[in-house]
Amino acid sequence: MPRSVKKGPFVDIKLLAKIQKLNDTNQKKIIKTWSRTSTIIPDFVGHTIAIHNGNKMIPVYITENMVGHKLGEFSPTRIFRGHPGTKAEKASKVK
Amino acid sequence: MARIAGIDLPKNKKVYIGLTYIYGIGQAASKKILEKAKVNPDKRVHELTEEEIATIRSIMTSEFKVEGSLRTEVQQNIKRLMDIGSYRGLRHRRGLPARGQRTRTNSRTRKGKRKTVAGKKKAVTKK
Repeated sequence: MPRSVKKGPFVDIKLLAKIQKLNDTNQKKIIKTWSRTSTIIPDFVGHTIAIHNGNKMIPVYITENMVGHKLGEFSPTRIFRGHPGTKAEKASKVK
Repeated sequence: MARIAGIDLPKNKKVYIGLTYIYGIGQAASKKILEKAKVNPDKRVHELTEEEIATIRSIMTSEFKVEGSLRTEVQQNIKRLMDIGSYRGLRHRRGLPARGQRTRTNSRTRKGKRKTVAGKKKAVTKK
């Protein structure tokens, strides 16, 4: 079920304050954030935000197309490096 | 022969079923169209008069997105997800389910036919 329209999109208060400060002073700085649940609102466009993925910060440049998505969608938390054994098998076949 | 939106409708089926052969029209939309066109949905397709076909056609083009244009819209939405590098886009690129379903088993619709990977029994016996 979607969020109530009355409340508006959820954005972490501190993150929003930081963005607005940058917008007011016309600066571009990378903002670190852990708030993956924040919705991307039009104010974010053009900024680079480093989003935590549980391990490290992933810098993401926000474009207009991303408005309406959540920050976490752009910072994958799992890295799939192939199944275990597939590499080992190849190596043993060579022998 | 009733031809709507570039699709030949099956002759002997009831109209409300026949319209669902068009991509983008399900039974709900089909009934809505027929109600608006004041056509009895239980009529057979071959019993439709030319006028009725024309009104159905005009309602469909004005109020519904069907066939080619609908398909391209869907593709564009998917392409957008892939271009912005979102998680859902990544899943589309990999051909895996995009809405958090399990992939340990099932999801054969997305993944296609089973590709068996040989087990690694040998490695265990070696030791």
